[in-house]
Amino acid sequence: MTEPTSPARVPPTLAEVVQRLSIASREERTETLLEYADRFESVPPEVATRPFSERHRAPYCESEAYAWAVDRPDGTLDFHFAVENPQGISAMAWAVLLSETLSGRPLDEVLAVPPEVVRNIFGNEVSMGKGLGLMGMLDLVKHEARLRIVRARRA
Amino acid sequence: MKGFDTDLEIQKKGYARPEVLVSTEWLADHLDDPTVRVIESNEDLLLYPAGHIPGAVHVDWAHDLNDPVRRDYIQRSGFEALASRIGITPETTCVFYGDRNNWWACYAFWVFQLFGHTRAAVVDGGRIKWEKEGRPMTRDVPKIAPTRYTAPERDDTRIRAFRDEVLEHMRRRLPMIDVRSPQEFTGERTHMPEYPQEGVLRGGHIPGARSVPWARASNPEDGTFRSAAELRAIYEGEVGLTPGDDVVAYCRIGERSSHTWFVLTYLLGYSKVRNYDGSWTEWGNSVGLPIER
Repeated sequence: MTEPTSPARVPPTLAEVVQRLSIASREERTETLLEYADRFESVPPEVATRPFSERHRAPYCESEAYAWAVDRPDGTLDFHFAVENPQGISAMAWAVLLSETLSGRPLDEVLAVPPEVVRNIFGNEVSMGKGLGLMGMLDLVKHEARLRIVRARRA
Repeated sequence: MKGFDTDLEIQKKGYARPEVLVSTEWLADHLDDPTVRVIESNEDLLLYPAGHIPGAVHVDWAHDLNDPVRRDYIQRSGFEALASRIGITPETTCVFYGDRNNWWACYAFWVFQLFGHTRAAVVDGGRIKWEKEGRPMTRDVPKIAPTRYTAPERDDTRIRAFRDEVLEHMRRRLPMIDVRSPQEFTGERTHMPEYPQEGVLRGGHIPGARSVPWARASNPEDGTFRSAAELRAIYEGEVGLTPGDDVVAYCRIGERSSHTWFVLTYLLGYSKVRNYDGSWTEWGNSVGLPIER
């Protein structure tokens, strides 16, 4: 079992998922993640259209995942994703999870999500390459949050 | 094996041992063949449950093939338990397929060979070709009646290389193929961020090794293996290997190099190819071993 990341460092919406998966069996974890993947919807055309800009491409992600952030009036963000590799099921699950748990959350919470949350959620069995790609997606989301925080401080 | 000799799609590619490869068409015709067990092995653990070839079972490279504690593969009892779970006997033809151009399928195939299960083949093009052709997929997990499988002890002598053997291999200046990315080969990339447990303290390659990234053996469009002529152009034309060479292939942990092992052994018919599964995560962390950049 993966030792869950301290909930204090994870937004409560995400911490709840981490907590649930930390006590799940391997089969339950798979089933849960598959439910997330099944809800995946690619970025709407009003946010981005192909060819997607490389600036939005998740580093190290071989599932060719892209992420975008759309500003909300309250200063928080809505996150959208594209996963161009149809075999990138984990990337799709992670995209939905990130979108559902981090959209609308305070930016400093988004920025505080630690990379080890990937292993907390996907388990220690996740391969190096796969884990790296999933962390790359998280990095991209955090980058968008960081940009807004820096801009706000300069304003 | 029944049907293999008539798989014309494979025959025309000119491989030395075409019986270890089947086409997606052959597989579609044998989904109900009781002598065949279709086995999916992927990097992404969610792929099989998300949909797989009807009747296929799942073998997870980490959970099913690796020892849960020490860095090694399962022992005989573990293989027998796995074989029982997936319902095979020594007479069953195991047909492997998976994602990433069959990288993990070849890895599983290689581990099965450590236990002498020679009735085995890989689906040319693997999962991506099957999907692109619009062939059926299902989420139904087949109900498998457990079998009784008596396996021999794992044989690490023929197709597996250990550190000291590789050191001797290097000293004798025998051929070695580094199948990692060019950046890993040159040492530009030493460890993966956030993955210190799979990182290495030193970058570079084993002195004398030649760089041939594993994926060059596959056609990127459909994941199929390149033809024998194309493979010979790479491994013999560019690197200078010959079929009688004693070759060691390695990567980071021995998975990508199992793909190259498969190519050299079966598709080109090399007589002595070993996979160094300790690979760079062992070599690059070992005190005092020579490294070239």
